[in-house]
Amino acid sequence: MSTAIKVENLSKAYQLGTIGTGTLSRDLERWIARVRGKEDPFLTIGEANDRSVKGTSDVVLSLNDVSFDIEQGDAVGIIGRNGAGKSTLLKLLSRVTSPTSGSIKVKGRIASLLEVGTGFHPELTGRENIFLNGAILGMRKKEIARKFDQIVDFAGVERYIDTPVKRYSSGMYVRLAFAVAAHLESEILIVDEVLAVGDAEFQKKCIGKMSDVSKGEGRTVLFVSHNMGSIKALCSNVVILQNGSLNFQGDLDTGIKKYVTINAKSPASIYHSLKSESNKSSFTYIKIVDSDRNQRSEFRFDEDIFIECKLNILKEHLNAKISVQVVDKTERIVFTSEVGVSDYTNKINFNSNLSFLINIPSNLLVPNIYRINFALHIPNVEFLDLQKDILEFTILETGTDFHMYGNSDYGCVFVNCKWNLEVIN
Amino acid sequence: MITENVSVKDQTWDLEIKPRSSAFDLHLNDVWKYRDLLGLLVRRDFVSFYKQTILGPLWFFVQPLLTTIMFTFVFGRLAGISTDGLPQPLFYMAGITAWNYFADCLTKTSTVFKDNADIFGKVYFPRLIMPLSIVLSNLVRFGVQFLLFLCVVAYYAFHGAAFHPTWAIVLFPVVVILMAAMGLGAGMIISALTTKYRDLAFLITFGIQLLMYATTVIYPLSAASTKYRWLIAANPMTELIETFRYGFLGRGSFNWPALGYSTIVTVIFLMLGTIIFNKVEKSFVDTV
Repeated sequence: MSTAIKVENLSKAYQLGTIGTGTLSRDLERWIARVRGKEDPFLTIGEANDRSVKGTSDVVLSLNDVSFDIEQGDAVGIIGRNGAGKSTLLKLLSRVTSPTSGSIKVKGRIASLLEVGTGFHPELTGRENIFLNGAILGMRKKEIARKFDQIVDFAGVERYIDTPVKRYSSGMYVRLAFAVAAHLESEILIVDEVLAVGDAEFQKKCIGKMSDVSKGEGRTVLFVSHNMGSIKALCSNVVILQNGSLNFQGDLDTGIKKYVTINAKSPASIYHSLKSESNKSSFTYIKIVDSDRNQRSEFRFDEDIFIECKLNILKEHLNAKISVQVVDKTERIVFTSEVGVSDYTNKINFNSNLSFLINIPSNLLVPNIYRINFALHIPNVEFLDLQKDILEFTILETGTDFHMYGNSDYGCVFVNCKWNLEVIN
Repeated sequence: MITENVSVKDQTWDLEIKPRSSAFDLHLNDVWKYRDLLGLLVRRDFVSFYKQTILGPLWFFVQPLLTTIMFTFVFGRLAGISTDGLPQPLFYMAGITAWNYFADCLTKTSTVFKDNADIFGKVYFPRLIMPLSIVLSNLVRFGVQFLLFLCVVAYYAFHGAAFHPTWAIVLFPVVVILMAAMGLGAGMIISALTTKYRDLAFLITFGIQLLMYATTVIYPLSAASTKYRWLIAANPMTELIETFRYGFLGRGSFNWPALGYSTIVTVIFLMLGTIIFNKVEKSFVDTV
């Protein structure tokens, strides 16, 4: 195996704010520095691209000193949160823009599908657009003509091939565009989230085509997606980017485990009561943790979720119940679970902190964002303490059976029904 | 291609993406590889122009025809500017047809980055293809308009108007190439300069109008007063229009040194334009 892509100390700086007269002076500064053979002052003032925090500099490093190698024939998933630098990396790889420093060395032809349908002209027919789009992606006319039937067949638009694409449904448009791109003959293929379009059947076809490309034809594939399920279906390795830097490169399973722990210290996964009154029944401390008791806010779907919950209960509230309720982002209550204080009478020290560890089983909640409500109440009488919407956690799509449906709502829990086949004669 | 790459040793790479490269590395071989795209883009421009119209390519005739009528009325009848003894419509149409080609090349090329920011931001191909396709599409358009011009020439010849083609008609292809190169070169310089600071873009729309009056489109060079003649002759476009008119209609001030001057200026513009364009294309996506 040889290296297909070698990325060395790659950085890309972007300027925030608008470009106006202020930037002219800096352009001059940079130019003078360059003429005198000095380091670009633009780069030294750059800072990591953390979008949520207000920085002091208006220059951010969207990619900061990233180096990695990709072997020929590998299918590599590039994952990272919004703003991690994935798109910038793809733009640099596909030569849409050039790096601020560092270099990328590539062996073989690169085809990138940053966005399918680039250069489609609405007035032209499907046939004309196949040729135009193919040529934009770097194919020769002969090559396109040779693959024409395959492309039309893959897209399933034969009947409309001589109709202007402006009359196409959006699904047909995207299918045609993807079909052209997927039939490119290149040694390296870069794909960005194109599978988020089309119906489930077409997505399955796309995934199939992509894995043919990487496994069958031995081409190198770089795949960027938020959908960990598609990444799992396609890739054997992952590269994780975080705030513009390389966080991890290696095999898929370790990568996905690592990815969910990156954002561990989210403030939404811990709760401290501000008022520490010991003369009142209330929650004092709630934290979402994983099986190793590390604070987390993101989980794989096949992972146990734990909630550490500390509370104080006065002796007279012996008939109180402790409830936990999980609500998804559409305000749908997924389930409620509760215990009665009276069940633990023997073990409980009243008027002091007691602690529960609540386990939400794995393979139960579908990928989504959930909030947790806590209540300490005497049923149908009064709420002693109610904490709504304070904690939040996310189940990531890390390869469920439903991953090809993307973000469409197919329910809120996984249920393994028994399916018995009854053959009718 | 594939087999070649595999056999190459580890140390060699097909492509190296670096922050900066030499100013003279123009990727012209890349442009050659994408020649099919060039053809398809020209076809796209031409076909999409008359899609869903009844008259189709005939619409290319409308603009020069109406402009000629207007010029004949305003500059010929009202202002009474000399046309070197040529029939007025013929004189104006020769100027307009040639000038329009240059002007279209220049204005379209000068906004090439802005107009194509969307596609340039998504996929790589040699950016030079775009301005080249503009020049070629306009050449098709020019060809159609040139046919119209020939029809008008034939009409006047049939009615015995006083003009005759000269040997300089063989310079016609050279004039067309020079006009294309001039429009392309100047357009690329402007497009490269306007990606970050758009000030120049405001200038170009009316600048091209003003430039027309500084070129011998609506008057012959011979009609210019001796005081200002050098100024108009300094405009490299002047000699191209004059040569065009002299070749087909036999009137106009044609001379070799002037044509040589125009050629040199054009070559300088084209080279400068290509170099600046190539420099800017690498990262214009971030600033456009």
